[in-house]
Amino acid sequence: MMDNTCNNKKNDENINIVLKVKNLSAYFADNMVVKNISIDYYEKSINAIIGPSGCGKSTFLRSLNRIHETVLDARVEGNVILDNIDIYDPSVDPVEIRKKIGMVFQRPNPFPSMSVLENVIIGPKLHGGLSKNALIELAEACLRRAAIWDEVKDKLNKDGTSLSGGQQQRLCIARALALNPKVLLMDEPTSALDPIASAKIEELMKELKKHYTVVLVTHNMGQAARISDYTSFLMSGELIEHSETSDLFTNPKNKQTEDYIMRKFG
Amino acid sequence: MLLCQQNLAKKLLMVFKMKLTAKLEERLGISLMYIVVLSIIILIFVMFILLFKMSWPAITKFGFHFITSKEWNPVKEQFGAWPFLYGTIITSILSLMIALPFGVSSAIFITEIGPKKLRIFLGTSIDLIASIPSIIFGMWGLFYLVPFIRETLTPLLKNSIGFLPFFQGPSFGISLLAASLILSIMIIPIISSLCRELFLSVPVTYKEAALALGATPFEKIKLAVLAPSITGIVGAAGLALARALGETMAVVMVIGNSPHVSLSLLSPGATMASILANEYAEAGADLHLASLCYMATLLFIVTMLVNSISRFIIKYFKPKAFRGL
Repeated sequence: MMDNTCNNKKNDENINIVLKVKNLSAYFADNMVVKNISIDYYEKSINAIIGPSGCGKSTFLRSLNRIHETVLDARVEGNVILDNIDIYDPSVDPVEIRKKIGMVFQRPNPFPSMSVLENVIIGPKLHGGLSKNALIELAEACLRRAAIWDEVKDKLNKDGTSLSGGQQQRLCIARALALNPKVLLMDEPTSALDPIASAKIEELMKELKKHYTVVLVTHNMGQAARISDYTSFLMSGELIEHSETSDLFTNPKNKQTEDYIMRKFG
Repeated sequence: MLLCQQNLAKKLLMVFKMKLTAKLEERLGISLMYIVVLSIIILIFVMFILLFKMSWPAITKFGFHFITSKEWNPVKEQFGAWPFLYGTIITSILSLMIALPFGVSSAIFITEIGPKKLRIFLGTSIDLIASIPSIIFGMWGLFYLVPFIRETLTPLLKNSIGFLPFFQGPSFGISLLAASLILSIMIIPIISSLCRELFLSVPVTYKEAALALGATPFEKIKLAVLAPSITGIVGAAGLALARALGETMAVVMVIGNSPHVSLSLLSPGATMASILANEYAEAGADLHLASLCYMATLLFIVTMLVNSISRFIIKYFKPKAFRGL
């Protein structure tokens, strides 16, 4: 079903909006780095964010799970609505939000003091409520879903940091999946990896789309074109264009978008 | 023309001389530094050899039995280090047990929790404790801490956990406990500042990974700050222990300097360093002096060992990812 609707989702009433970003601005002290951005993210889609370095794409992504505000002097204005709840409502606990919105970082960051298995189950373990057996089953399911089970099933008790870079990144994806998030935020997840490891992660993202909504920041235009359904182009903190990926790359409406794409690809 | 050539030759000669002196200077400077550094190391060796030589009469007389022998009687010329070894171990370990929670939590507060503006102020204040001369700690201990232990702490301890063997017997205030408390205050800044450096070196990406999984601020600290730093904390504790082992002045003033082994923390005792400071000046007999030197040699070896092991731990047992990132 996914594949046939891919091209005209916008008009399809059956596709739900999972995450609605309304007039979002993000600041470091008085410096406004994300300027009044509004985007709707649809269920089970991959949404790429592209733009030159320093355009605020990572900050925008980090505003979606309220991790931006953990940096000193950083703050956010606007609304991000998940399941009819504004995650920036004063009554909302950011800790609860981050359980529903998973995040994968630029550099693989499995906890150095934990084994592969412990790394996967640490999220559910923190929040409690699952038996040991349930946790182990969950770990297997998540590792399978992150396409790394076959590679690590014999070394579940080894240090997470003993794996290769690509494996560590998939381990981090499994760790995020263990909380069964609605949305998965990925901040340049392949930029620290070699081409083969990157390709594996891209394949994995296509699989993940069947269950999750993925928001992907990437500096790699090819990656955005290959795997995303929608692409947003940011420049100097402003959203220049947001449309279906095929449209944006073949027929950009904005001159700036066109220039950027031409320069990068050409 | 000739003048010109002469001038040129003069200039060339000058340049050549300057280069030569520059080279000479450089060589001289470098070898001077070598000599200075080497002499420091040689000095330590010479100190150790001298100490060993001076303690030779006691070593030949008592051998290793010196370490386990309980009697310290200068009149009968019977010397055993056990009471002092015991006092040293008890006061250092106890002070470490008291100081570790304070040191580590102050470091956590300063690096992770406290308001940014307060951090620098708090950090510097704690570091300043380390610069207070130990004699001042000793005086404060004698005038305030000792009466406090005698009049307030002892009744409190006796009424609550007085059945334990550690709190038996009369309390004069001057005690192993007083020494341990003073020592713990003196080593808190060491632990605190080492731990602060350690926690700051944990990559932010671990903290963010914990937060992104829905960890509360406290869980974040446990997962992404404490867990990766555990070996480093052990190392910091070791360095603090080495300081506690050798600390003399403050201990001399509050421990009572009595060469008896007692399980009670309320009873007076002595440490290796305190007995050295106390008796060295008055040691008449050669054997007495040699025994004190023997004790100094032991203290020297123990502190050196504890110090090097802790430094080794801090340097080589960092989690792998720290080095990779």
